[in-house]
Amino acid sequence: MAHSQQEVLAGLAELVNDETGIAADAVQMDKSFTDDLDIDSISMMTIVVNAEDKFSVKIPDEEVKNLITVGDAVTYITANQD
Amino acid sequence: MKQLQESTPVAHTRIYALGAARGNQVVTNDDIAGPIDSSDEWIRQRTGVATRTRAAEDQSMMDLAVEASKEAIAKSGVDPSEIGAVILATISFPYQTPSGASLLSELVGAQGAAAYDISAACAGYCYGIAQADALVRSGLCKYVLVVGAEKLSDFISPTDRTISFLLGDGAGAAIVGASDHPGISKTIWGTDGSNWEKVGMTGSILDFRDGKTPWPTLTQEGQTVFRWAVWEMSKVAKQALEAAGIEASDLSALVMHQANLRIIDEFAKQMKLPDTVVIAKDIVETGNTSAASVPLAMHRILEEKKVASGGFALQIGFGAGLTFAAQVVELP
Repeated sequence: MAHSQQEVLAGLAELVNDETGIAADAVQMDKSFTDDLDIDSISMMTIVVNAEDKFSVKIPDEEVKNLITVGDAVTYITANQD
Repeated sequence: MKQLQESTPVAHTRIYALGAARGNQVVTNDDIAGPIDSSDEWIRQRTGVATRTRAAEDQSMMDLAVEASKEAIAKSGVDPSEIGAVILATISFPYQTPSGASLLSELVGAQGAAAYDISAACAGYCYGIAQADALVRSGLCKYVLVVGAEKLSDFISPTDRTISFLLGDGAGAAIVGASDHPGISKTIWGTDGSNWEKVGMTGSILDFRDGKTPWPTLTQEGQTVFRWAVWEMSKVAKQALEAAGIEASDLSALVMHQANLRIIDEFAKQMKLPDTVVIAKDIVETGNTSAASVPLAMHRILEEKKVASGGFALQIGFGAGLTFAAQVVELP
């Protein structure tokens, strides 16, 4: 079942929290994964793989570098769900 | 009509003994942080590496290989003249030909043995164990010396932030011979050539000769390699356990290629290993030594008595190629 943008944001915030300990409410659409949330490339990939499972979506390696902000990820996941 | 004679197979093989040698210099994070605009804290957090051992100018890859081999031979009790094959896994022997294994066979007293190098990067030692198992079981060789040896510091760039700062120098060696019970399980191995360029060199030696590139050094696409190393390689490891007919709870140790502590930790999580399984973490002090990392890591947990001889260890190597190989071995 497709998830709404709001559901994807909430789910992604949970995954970020699991991986990094960052408070879920700090994960906002306009936040940059690296500059604002200080998430490194390895943690980012862990979040991506877990997001693939959670939302039934494929996020290719070449797409990961385009996911600059949380909003980029939410938009990509919402648009590409199975 | 006459029938051809074949070699006489033996039923089982095992690793008799291991040997290890590390670079003679301890290089700290502070020593290398400057050119990559980094710090001890950053490197520890992102890779788990505290130091790496590197060989000074007076210590060659072959010196490391000989030292590790001699220890393995001595501990095994095998007469080196009975070694039927010397297999050297390396990406850093500085001659196109002849092979390093040829010289190594001479230097360790295994004159006359079949000798060859294999280029399977960080999977090279586990490829070598697969070959040694097959050579001994087929009856072609009585004993095989398998060595993973690297002097990677000859092929690094001080300013590279992708892999160079992780790399160390060292060698690990194993003697494989016949056994009265199974000591090496069926190897699960392969290559993903579609990702050939994800780990490798910054250029070819021909481009270097022609002035088109600086001295080629090691580089990688870290995120892609991380995803593959954890989520694809943990599937390979599970296949190796299944092929061996054992469960994760039967293991004494997990000995992975020491690529990055974050990979090791995430991989272990995916494997859902019980707390009783010792996870080798030689990378913290030795760094990533490519083909040498698996035997060095196993040697350390045996030396530190974290595991006992006779237990089962899942060993898995993976790296440039992208190559991979996994098998369960009885700890020597």
